[in-house]
Amino acid sequence: MTDQTLHRTVQHAARTGGDSPVVQPPSTKTGVIGWLRANLFSTWYNSLATLILLYILAKLVPGIIDWLFISAVWSHTEPEVCRAADGACWAFIHEKYRLILFGTYPFDEQWRPTLAVLLYLVLLLASCNRAFWKPWLGVAWVVLLAVIGTLMYGGIFGLTQVPTTRWGGLPLTLMLASFALAIGFPLGILMALGRRSDLPIVRMLSVAYIELIRGVPLITVLFMASVMLPLFLPQGVSINNLLRAQIGIILFASAYLAEVVRGGLQAIPKGQYEAADSIGLGYWQKTRLIILPQALRISIPPLVNTFIGLFKDTSLVIIVGLFDLVGAAKAALTDPSWRGFYRESYFFIAMIYFVFCFSMSKYSQHLEKKLNVGTRR
Amino acid sequence: MKLKSILAAGAVVAVAGAALPAAAQSMVETITDRGELNCGVSTGLAGFSNPDSEGNWTGLDVDVCKAIAAAILGDADAVSYTPATAQQRFTILQSGEVDLLSRNTTWTLTRDTSLGLHFAPITFYDGQGFMVPRELGVTSALELDGAAVCVQPGTTTELNLADYFRANGMEFEPVVIEQLDEVNAAYFSGRCDVYTTDASGLASIRSTVAENPEDHMILPELISKEPLGPAVRQGDDEFFNIVKWVVYALIEAEEYGITSENVDDMRENSDNPGVQRLLGASAGMGENLGLSEDWAYNAIKQVGNYGEIFERNVGVDTPLGLERGYNDLWTRGGLMYAMPVR
Repeated sequence: MTDQTLHRTVQHAARTGGDSPVVQPPSTKTGVIGWLRANLFSTWYNSLATLILLYILAKLVPGIIDWLFISAVWSHTEPEVCRAADGACWAFIHEKYRLILFGTYPFDEQWRPTLAVLLYLVLLLASCNRAFWKPWLGVAWVVLLAVIGTLMYGGIFGLTQVPTTRWGGLPLTLMLASFALAIGFPLGILMALGRRSDLPIVRMLSVAYIELIRGVPLITVLFMASVMLPLFLPQGVSINNLLRAQIGIILFASAYLAEVVRGGLQAIPKGQYEAADSIGLGYWQKTRLIILPQALRISIPPLVNTFIGLFKDTSLVIIVGLFDLVGAAKAALTDPSWRGFYRESYFFIAMIYFVFCFSMSKYSQHLEKKLNVGTRR
Repeated sequence: MKLKSILAAGAVVAVAGAALPAAAQSMVETITDRGELNCGVSTGLAGFSNPDSEGNWTGLDVDVCKAIAAAILGDADAVSYTPATAQQRFTILQSGEVDLLSRNTTWTLTRDTSLGLHFAPITFYDGQGFMVPRELGVTSALELDGAAVCVQPGTTTELNLADYFRANGMEFEPVVIEQLDEVNAAYFSGRCDVYTTDASGLASIRSTVAENPEDHMILPELISKEPLGPAVRQGDDEFFNIVKWVVYALIEAEEYGITSENVDDMRENSDNPGVQRLLGASAGMGENLGLSEDWAYNAIKQVGNYGEIFERNVGVDTPLGLERGYNDLWTRGGLMYAMPVR
């Protein structure tokens, strides 16, 4: 129904209704029915799509809900009880959650990674607040990372030493992702600037670096770092496996972030550069004060996209024998007594990944809104 | 430029941090100084090396590491485990990240020579086997003429299967399915009479997928050889000897009937000179290996003899439910044969 016909109907109602001066819109236009008509059944093909989707949901949802909740085994029992049940076996998660969350970290010492993750999350949440974006925040991060490192590794303050081969689970995933971003991001900015530099050698090196790293899959970089590198080192010198994987991920992250930042740099109108030049700013002043703030703001959506991708890419360290969240979940499945509960294990870590990635996504939308007040369309 | 400087920085950190085991020092000295045996294990293989719910490594391969640590250091828990994928395992051994690889690795000529490894005695004889429903009434693979066989394509499994049937003049009808889950479903729904893959794999499928594991049996014949054992780097024969003789000691202990429970009693009271030599009641063996005389005693006391290790991790009472089969002692028709400790 068009506006015109609506108008006519209202006029008609007004003429014939008589006693009430305020005429309600017809019931088909308001409330639930109005919403349904406007959003789900506005045309015949939308109606068809709605019905098909409803049918699919009706087919799938009850089964999923039944598996997840109704037929699921919630109590902590023996695996045999679980195998007899039709639904999910949450007893498996109950039995294995510490292995999945912390890998092979010594059981009695697991308060240390727990505390480390909590501290990390607290500071991460604090850092989301722009009121805290002061120099002390950077200092706080350096201090926190030192505290976390001490907590995890131990060896002093009466903490027993825990070698990195025993680190695993969520702390490892968070660590790999955070360092990849924290070091890869500045590196990436430098690469992006280098790629647009007037100095030919800097430009060529940046291009070569970015293209080389982007030209190979992350899995190859990790293999190189983990399998090839030790063979090039002199006998007896070994770089920690975790450090090698971390460096591989940082290198990979920086190349991708460089291209995202370069996209932002290219979106800045030439006039901005010229204006900065005309008021006599040097290269670094111009970059820091005029160009980068604008370029990075434009790049928020693709940056967050890359961040989320990287966060999940860290799960590839499973191929170099590190127990990140996915590796630990897989290791949990190799217990002879508890084999076969794949769905529960993967569902559990999928939820953890989802919480982190969804929060990142939501925060970036918030940040975009705040930072783009001046240019919002 | 960036790459290099970062790698260099990393190298400096690592060197400053720890790791410079001098070439002059022998492996045993290095391990003793460190107070820990570095052992490469799998990233999770049920019954052989897998972390339990508390994150402690367990399994048959892990127990071999523990026994060696007990023999050298006197403490079975003085082991640092490094999980390694199939691709990494030889690199971490060659580069010195681990002292010992105990990770279900098949002993082959190529690995023994071109990779520069020494394989210690076999701790598990695996091989391709057959599983059949018990109601079929078959007791030997040689009775499988004309059977429909479920098999995954593209592996040596398929080739071994064809070779075995041809060599024995039998016919078979292959049911070739790519996905493991689908092969399982095909077998348990009765689409084929026989399921073939590695025997340890069959055992775990039977224990986890079958509705009633008792209804299925794994035939005694293995048609391919997968001898799995610990491996060390070439170049330190003293350490190689220790690894070799600790494994033999575990087997020899089972031959003599020495278990983790009765080992104290045996050391005190046994009149058998073989037992006395093994447990250090009469001196000499430990000295020859460069260890204390209670090397084998510690390994057996803290980890158990080979039979105990087998039964605890993969034996019939575990979910894997493996029969001893080839892994039984030679005196009972298996292949486990320890060289004499004397």
